[in-house]
Amino acid sequence: MSWDWNYTGEFLPDLLSGLRITIVATLLGYLLALALGLVWTLLRRSRNPFVSQTTRWVVEFIRSTPLLVQLYFIFFVFPSFGLTLGPLTAGVIGLGLHFSAYTSEVYRAGIEDVPRGQWEATVALNLPRRRVWQDVILPQAVRKVVPTLGNYLIAMFKDSPLLLAINVIELLGAAYKVGTETLRFLEPITVVGLLFVLVSVVSSIIVRRLERRYATY
Amino acid sequence: MTEVLDSYQLLLKGSWITIQLTVYGSVLALVLAVVFGLAGTSRNRAVRTLNRVYVEFFRGTATLVLMFWFFYALPLVGLRFTPMFAAVLALGLNVGAYGAEVVRGAINAVPRAQYEATIALNLTPAQRMRRVLLPQAVALMLPPFGNLLIELMKGTAIVSLITISDLTFRAKQIQSSTGETLWTFVVILVLYFAIAQILQLLVRYAERRVDRMLGRRPDKGDGKLSDLAVGAPGSGVG
Repeated sequence: MSWDWNYTGEFLPDLLSGLRITIVATLLGYLLALALGLVWTLLRRSRNPFVSQTTRWVVEFIRSTPLLVQLYFIFFVFPSFGLTLGPLTAGVIGLGLHFSAYTSEVYRAGIEDVPRGQWEATVALNLPRRRVWQDVILPQAVRKVVPTLGNYLIAMFKDSPLLLAINVIELLGAAYKVGTETLRFLEPITVVGLLFVLVSVVSSIIVRRLERRYATY
Repeated sequence: MTEVLDSYQLLLKGSWITIQLTVYGSVLALVLAVVFGLAGTSRNRAVRTLNRVYVEFFRGTATLVLMFWFFYALPLVGLRFTPMFAAVLALGLNVGAYGAEVVRGAINAVPRAQYEATIALNLTPAQRMRRVLLPQAVALMLPPFGNLLIELMKGTAIVSLITISDLTFRAKQIQSSTGETLWTFVVILVLYFAIAQILQLLVRYAERRVDRMLGRRPDKGDGKLSDLAVGAPGSGVG
């Protein structure tokens, strides 16, 4: 059986609307991950050992359990607490929650990567806490962290097909649907695969640029 | 809760499949990582290109898309895999691409003077790699490999979508037969967490062994961005 170009042309619009859902889910999930990751980082820096240790285990737990099961958990378990979510909402929360564990590690590492001497200097200069963060620590931490965060955006994009398991018709879901209707999976899934490679290669070039730009002190 | 625990046989069966997938997948990934990682350090341009193509392609595709492709698309051109084989292939090829970057990065990170010394001693390229560069690079590879191993183990959950009865698949089965949604998924999440923690212990043990073999003090590696980025999904390593 060989490639059918007519068929390929017919299902492309379906894939494009799937792609739109994929992009929406990825971007919203990413924003959630960035924000929630910050919350984890702040809680982990808490002086209260109970708060910081509990947060450590929560993050470790989220990080070492599969995204797919977390998606099921959010989609199937939340309704029994009276919180019924649409598939896309559940998917965005799942992606955001899962990747918040990663972003929080990135923030933490970025902050800890700032040389000790810089902290000592702020003490020597008697800077107030707000200026320590605003003028010394964060500007140095952020430039190290940007490329890594960029990588996680790509990673999240590549994990977004899992949303099809909770009935979100994203890119792969759309291809699968087209395939089951026509019983030809070759073309739609191949096109989706190529799209993923294309987006990943382009975005990793962008991340490499960012690395070069931010790596220099 | 008790209904879920009563299905412990299903949970055990599922865990066994998950562990099998993790083992097979990581063996395939390790082989690919070493082969393509070494190719990436070659002086031959064509061989290096081979490494780039493999890494960019398989790091770029989502594992689930790859798995669907093996399972649904390839039979149409006459290639028919069992679900298990398709799953292991997709997981191994994907994680192997990350691993290849780890191997390449670690070999390049061995201090240059070591490489120069091998030239001064007139070692053959094979001797250089086997006796000087690789032993030192292995110590650098272990922590990111540990992260990748856990990523792979978590990644196996998606095989339930191509009808393999792993832990996640069993969870859905138990959920629909008992109606115990909350406890089913809590138990499954805890099981995955436990497997991940066991893998982590094994990796730590291996790290300590290798560090001692090389006469190094174990590096805590806590909070260094470089350590973290290396094993991360989707991160450009090296």
